[in-house]
Amino acid sequence: MKKKLRPLASPALAKAAAGIAGFDDITDGGLPRGRCTVLAGGPGSGKTIFALQFLVHGAQGTQATAEPGIFVAFEESAERVQLNAGSFGWDLAGLSPKRLLFIDARPPPEQLQAGDFDLGGLLAGLTAQLRVTKARRIVFDALDIVLAMLPDLAAQRREIHRLHEWLLAQQLTAIITAKSVGDEAANGSAPLLSLMQFMVDCTVLLQHRVALGVSQRNLRVQKYRGSGFDENEAPFLISRHGFEVPLARVRGLVPSAPSSERLSSGVARLDTMLGGGYFRGASVLVTGFSGTAKTTLAGAFAEAACLRGDRTLFVSFDADCSEVLRNLASVGLRLQRFARSGRLQMASARSITGSAETYLARLKLLATEHRSRCLVIDPVSTWAKSGEDLTAHSVADRLMDWAKGEGITLLCTSLLDEMSSRPEDGSPLQISTLADTWIHLSYLVQAGERNRGLSIIKSRGTAHSNQVRELILSSTGVTLADTYSADGAVLMGTMRWEKESSERLADEMAELAEELRRARLATEQAALTQRARALDLEQTLLAGQAASRLRVLERRRERLDQLRGADVQTVKP
Amino acid sequence: MSKAALFRFRLFVAGDALNSAQALGNLATLCRVHLPDRHEIEVVDVYAQPQRALAEGIFMTPTLIKLAPLPLRRIVGTLAGTPALLLSLGLGPP
Repeated sequence: MKKKLRPLASPALAKAAAGIAGFDDITDGGLPRGRCTVLAGGPGSGKTIFALQFLVHGAQGTQATAEPGIFVAFEESAERVQLNAGSFGWDLAGLSPKRLLFIDARPPPEQLQAGDFDLGGLLAGLTAQLRVTKARRIVFDALDIVLAMLPDLAAQRREIHRLHEWLLAQQLTAIITAKSVGDEAANGSAPLLSLMQFMVDCTVLLQHRVALGVSQRNLRVQKYRGSGFDENEAPFLISRHGFEVPLARVRGLVPSAPSSERLSSGVARLDTMLGGGYFRGASVLVTGFSGTAKTTLAGAFAEAACLRGDRTLFVSFDADCSEVLRNLASVGLRLQRFARSGRLQMASARSITGSAETYLARLKLLATEHRSRCLVIDPVSTWAKSGEDLTAHSVADRLMDWAKGEGITLLCTSLLDEMSSRPEDGSPLQISTLADTWIHLSYLVQAGERNRGLSIIKSRGTAHSNQVRELILSSTGVTLADTYSADGAVLMGTMRWEKESSERLADEMAELAEELRRARLATEQAALTQRARALDLEQTLLAGQAASRLRVLERRRERLDQLRGADVQTVKP
Repeated sequence: MSKAALFRFRLFVAGDALNSAQALGNLATLCRVHLPDRHEIEVVDVYAQPQRALAEGIFMTPTLIKLAPLPLRRIVGTLAGTPALLLSLGLGPP
């Protein structure tokens, strides 16, 4: 009889959320529950923060949902760890030791070592504590310190094994952090790490690199038994909320339905050119050289958003907030009132230093806290300067994805290199391909003038004008003017004005001439009518004259007959 | 150091683990050789009294604490390697 193959009776691997945004997405839920995870990285790579956040997250919640934890510190004192945690806004003091217990297991410096030892004491103590606190999570911070005290590899292997057995028996979700130096972490060649490999179900590597003077932190899940995970390096950062892995795309996330609501660009004629404005939730890119009024266009968008009632975040990488407000006020964009009411939040990013990741995370934080619906970044190209191109690009990518996911309408300006021979070749970050609408601002130098031209290079899902318009800034606002094409060239500025006025003059002349002609014709018509009447009269007169002449002739003949005598009649036959 | 000074030791062991048994044996030998009739050894099994181990910060076993004479000394391991050990206990060669 044929036996049916039975699927292995292993339920889906349970996960314990680490409470680290992004990481739980990479690993599809967090760390393996009831198993051991090794967190390896160089000094200062964020191991302790990661591990602590894992415990703090577990300690939150109600009596029923919380997973109490124990932090075993081998390297830093428990007080130091708690103090550091305070800077992330985690209220460790408010957590009872039953939820999060710190055990200072540092070997006393004066302690002498004579011969082999084991971790039996520690595990016995912990077992006793577990009964009290019912801890479900545990962190051994810097286990390598203790292991390094053991006399040989065999002893190290033995203690790792002992720890492993203990963890399995207690069914704890554990993180063991261990230092690794340089590339050791990357290929797992550190002797201690390779020893630990057999016992752990998950290995996470943290790296801290410096590229072009900009610090860059990366996280990589190296192995995860029984679970799928994102294998790529993911940049992470340590913000004031702790450990954060900003992700481009969340695995398995269904993109939200695109909105067909139109948002005004703040320039009425530009809205017309775009067929009604930008789409809500779209990413708009405004490129141009320095001084082509990118910021002004961004400001117009921000003002329109605020007038509409949308909370807006305006991030300037170029200037201070007050400067931006003042400069925009000079072209009639009065944003101060919204800044005061809080609907508009201005943020100057000049003060932020660090990698593109840092920028992104700060931005996301600001926007989330402000509950922004519209976001202006002026200019986004600053990112290209911070760190590697690759990273900056992926950050821009993630920025747009994130904004889309949140339904935030994003307007980025991007500075183009003035020396670039192909100005429309794309912005440095190559985000032009990602943006939904791309507006290019340019200069046109003609007849000793420099004028601003606006053209829509692309606008997805929108019929848009192909015409270059002239962008005019005045104290009353931003307007677009039609440009004149003459002999294949576009006229702007004074030349456009001249052309406009000469056309206006020509129009007036033509109108006058027509009126004159009409008057002349009217006169002529009147004269002709007059003449017709005169002719009529003349005709009547002539007819009368002819009749009277006949009568006169008649009378003359009668008179002659009388004078000649009556015989005339006899003469007649 | 007075020849009459009493040495009080407290040895934390982890059940009948090999290291702990070795430490206990080594300590007994050491006392027999260097401290005949002037030593006290208290053996604490961390499995039996885990709270006590925790309270005293005993995380590695075996750990020997020399309580008297002062200064306090704390030695981790099987207590092998006699000369250094003796020196640290104040039992160096005269």
